[in-house]
Amino acid sequence: MKIKQISLFAENKRGHVAAPVKLLASQGLDIRALFLAETEQYGILRMIVTDWERAAKTLEDGGFTVKVTEVVAVEVSDHPGGLATVLSALDACGLNIEYLYAFPRFRVDRAILIFRFAAPEAAIACLQAAGINVLASEELFR
Amino acid sequence: MNREPMSRELETSVHNCHPASVPDYTSLDELRALQLERLKAVVERSWNHVQLFRERMEERNLTPESIRSLDDLARLPFTVKSDLRDTYPFGLFASPMKDVVRLHASSGTTGKPIVVAYTQEDVDVWTSVLVRCLAGCGLHRGDIVQIAYGYGLFTGGLGAHYGAESLGATVVPASGGHADRQIMLIKDFGATAMCCTPTYFLHLIERAGEMGIDMKQLPLRAGVFGAEPWTESMRQYIEKMSGIEAFDIYGLSEIIGPGVGCECRRHEGLHIFEDRFYPEIVDPESGEPVADGEPGELVLTTLSKQAMPMIRYRTRDITRILTGRCACGRTLRRIDRIGRRSDDMLIIRGVNVFPSQVETALLDVEGTLPHYQILLTRDRGLDQMEVQVEVTPEMFEDKIGSLQELNRRLQAALDRMLGIRVRVALVEAHSIERSEGKAKRVIDRRMQ
Repeated sequence: MKIKQISLFAENKRGHVAAPVKLLASQGLDIRALFLAETEQYGILRMIVTDWERAAKTLEDGGFTVKVTEVVAVEVSDHPGGLATVLSALDACGLNIEYLYAFPRFRVDRAILIFRFAAPEAAIACLQAAGINVLASEELFR
Repeated sequence: MNREPMSRELETSVHNCHPASVPDYTSLDELRALQLERLKAVVERSWNHVQLFRERMEERNLTPESIRSLDDLARLPFTVKSDLRDTYPFGLFASPMKDVVRLHASSGTTGKPIVVAYTQEDVDVWTSVLVRCLAGCGLHRGDIVQIAYGYGLFTGGLGAHYGAESLGATVVPASGGHADRQIMLIKDFGATAMCCTPTYFLHLIERAGEMGIDMKQLPLRAGVFGAEPWTESMRQYIEKMSGIEAFDIYGLSEIIGPGVGCECRRHEGLHIFEDRFYPEIVDPESGEPVADGEPGELVLTTLSKQAMPMIRYRTRDITRILTGRCACGRTLRRIDRIGRRSDDMLIIRGVNVFPSQVETALLDVEGTLPHYQILLTRDRGLDQMEVQVEVTPEMFEDKIGSLQELNRRLQAALDRMLGIRVRVALVEAHSIERSEGKAKRVIDRRMQ
């Protein structure tokens, strides 16, 4: 149930996010979700890409520093309280979130949450026990 | 104020000089005879007590009896900085520890520092050459000398301290750092002379300006600046901005510390106290002596050091011996001010730093050596060192906290290794420019 995410190290300078994104585009690789965490000096660009293996290799060959990490994707209703339900469930299990980002799924009135956990298996079990829909890669990219 | 009037008179001869400065005016015949006598004694001493030196002499079929003239010095083996590292800590001592009254240390080329030792006689000689330096700068009893070199293992602070005290001046042992406090002391105590690195003084000028203090209005009249190379244009700037007379002082821990040589008020090169430290200039590649006036590497022999004699020590400082007698009347030969070095040693805020130390620190943290670059800049007169480290996939973790932690660990390792504050910047892989596959390790923008 874990999803592969590509994390890329980028300096916090003009054009430094554009370069890897352009490279992926030139190879026809589609970024489905993207999140940028930044400090004054540098940042981490996190991306969910359909063909993650080819994307990671393309970026590595392009000289970028990348790491493939495992995250958990959760589908919630795109209404007030959607996120709160999920967070309450995790809190009840005593699980910490390392980071989290969200994006809407248009047309179907649902939103996707991407979580990184120190213990993803435990988190998946916890979420499923609470009746929350944890997505597999195929479902995410559908 | 009960202070003697400040003399702007030049010390012009042995008749009106400070008593400690008498050897500065020894006749050349007497000086050469004294040097030969001392050279024979120091070679004998090293031969008897320093195993490394004796082995190198024996390899060359030399004995102390081989020294019959000063020219024979060129036959003796060199001593280099790595000899001090390889025999760390006490391997080059020629005195038993019970006779050693002081140890100092400075940066080596890798992790361990190099250690230098002094007997009481060595400390007395050191003090006497500092007195000769300061007297040559026109300082005397009644002057208030603020020492802003670091006190501690670094030779700068204590060396200048004892010299100024022995001169009869009033010493303000401010040590390094705390610019605002330094300026307050200069102002409130009426310091007439300052001993520190030239870049630190630039910083003080700048800071004083920000505090609304015009250095030109203060009693400060002389600065004795050393521990790093500086330029004639920097002197002009300092003198213009602060209204003082700026002197270049030279020295290195391996030989004694500050006080190997110093400018007199003619400012035409630095007199080497050659009755104590014998200078040669050699071709840095071949090691062959070059003629007076020709540039090369300064090689020094300590003529009277007891605890740790140095025979033909390769300073790596590039200079030349100035020909002709100085108009000040001293017979001591002069060298040009040091402009550059023949190795890759950097001097940052007066502290010796080798790129190899940076490598060692990075290796300690990461286990592998990432591409890195040292960027030196000058911010308001103060040297800034940034180490840019390329983030490799092995080092990279998908969490900001992990990157910040990496940054902290690198910074702590560099601070520990170098003893100075360093800024670490994590940069993207391949972002450091490489020429012919090899990264340029040091970008020095301090003189720009």
